Amino acid sequence: MDKNILAKIREDFPILGTEVNGYSLVYLDNAATTLKPKYVIDRLSKHYLYETSNIHRGVHFLSQQATTYFEEVRDKVKSYLHGDSTWETIFTKGTTGAINFVAQSFGSIFNSGDEVIISQMEHHSNIVPWQMLRDRKNIVLKVAQMDERGILDLEHLESLITEKTKLVSITYLSNALGTINPVDKIVKIAHSKNIPVLIDAAQAIAHITIDVKKLDIDFIAFSAHKMFGPTGVGVLYAKKQLLEKMPPIEGGGDMIASVRFDKTIYNTIPYCFEAGTPDIAGVIALGVAIDYINSIGLKNIEEYEHKLLQYATQKLSEIKNLRVVGTSPNKSSVISFVLDGIHPHDVGSLLDSKGIAVRTGHHCAQPVMEFFKIPATTRASISFYNTKEDIDRLADGILYVQSIFE
Amino acid sequence: MNQNELYQQVILSHNKSPKNFGKPATFTHWAEGFNPLCGDHYFIYLTIEDDVIKNVFFEGEGCAISKASASLMTESLKNKTISDVESIIKKFHDYMTLSQGNLKDLGKISVLSGVKDYPARIKCATISWHTMKQAIETPVSE
Repeated sequence: MDKNILAKIREDFPILGTEVNGYSLVYLDNAATTLKPKYVIDRLSKHYLYETSNIHRGVHFLSQQATTYFEEVRDKVKSYLHGDSTWETIFTKGTTGAINFVAQSFGSIFNSGDEVIISQMEHHSNIVPWQMLRDRKNIVLKVAQMDERGILDLEHLESLITEKTKLVSITYLSNALGTINPVDKIVKIAHSKNIPVLIDAAQAIAHITIDVKKLDIDFIAFSAHKMFGPTGVGVLYAKKQLLEKMPPIEGGGDMIASVRFDKTIYNTIPYCFEAGTPDIAGVIALGVAIDYINSIGLKNIEEYEHKLLQYATQKLSEIKNLRVVGTSPNKSSVISFVLDGIHPHDVGSLLDSKGIAVRTGHHCAQPVMEFFKIPATTRASISFYNTKEDIDRLADGILYVQSIFE
Repeated sequence: MNQNELYQQVILSHNKSPKNFGKPATFTHWAEGFNPLCGDHYFIYLTIEDDVIKNVFFEGEGCAISKASASLMTESLKNKTISDVESIIKKFHDYMTLSQGNLKDLGKISVLSGVKDYPARIKCATISWHTMKQAIETPVSE
């Protein structure tokens, strides 16, 4: 991406003009949530100012209009993920909501002793729902290992599969380490034993081109707020053939065809999984976020971010007493590190004093921290609006932190 | 406020060379404090005789603020009566979490005053104090 395009893109994000502690903001916490371009914010505002209405079953103009805009986003999701009519878009509260839904609904047809396989680098949202299912249904939760570079051990994953395995649920891109997992190989391994695969794409969604058809992914979950959309909205994109076996989890309005006290008939897929009034404005704004990414081009984004991550890795590796955590050659958007003798919380506070926003802590991946025997890391995570200057400011900031603790 | 006021020299030096650090051979009371959110993890070991804290040690790991706070606390509470210690703990706690009063008459501990202005870091400063309170109430079981 050339300088002019980058400058123009940065203008789409008014928050980048913010001053923090007397410095212009350097936002490197994109893995927690991305910033929102003004078009997304304007769309939310436009809905509430001029289009407010509830969707479905309304005969008046505003309701039909809102329904059309809302439903269009299912198709935008389909195109973004390169899917077709084999899959269906279900709107959820976020990635966490989507995974919990699969655990509760798909999990309800598991039997005692059935197995779910996850990996050692999962976010808590792809661990805890399965532990809850384990406690409820007495299933077995198995964990595929990774090595000291943060690379998933596929042989170990394969060795965990038995006749009782009902699902493999793995992250596409580790939010704590930046590792890109070989989803194609994971799906091949699982499908060779007829086991469906859930991909947690929370971190991948804004950084990697995802082709559900080519990869043959069964379930994929992501959040709008990590792809420049609003918080509180997410998607489960899933094969209809699997959804047809799954019971609704929440009952209420919108998910029914007819209700009588003696018998209720559920609505069809996907509506039967979307009880209650959803975040209508949020879903419509997610559509705008998808359009926005497409206008820049995910391929361009991938290329630019790859270079920026390489630059950051190079720049940080020149700093003494700094260790990068997660050194897979196949990484995207995340650089996690520790400084000898300085706790990440102190790093985070001191970088903040220079206007640099990073995340410190376990990044909702405590088992990852345990594996590397560290209490926490400092994580810088990039997006396409970040610049080399941002990385230089980060590197200078780290040197400043070290000078304080000398 | 400038962040440098948070990382004052006294705090940095207590972080680097904490006082009363380690596990003593004998102690009468102890407790463990852990903040799973940030990984701060401390143990407090006390020798209490006739309602007086005769000896106090701490060990564990955490950020500079948490370690310096624990170190400063152990220095200031040694040889104080339980009731004095409890009122100092309350004073520190009320100041940090409720913004009540000040730390001026607590000697060196007052260098931690600035932490109050960083809500995300208050727990770092208070973890060892909570653990101290718990240790006083927890005799070593026979």
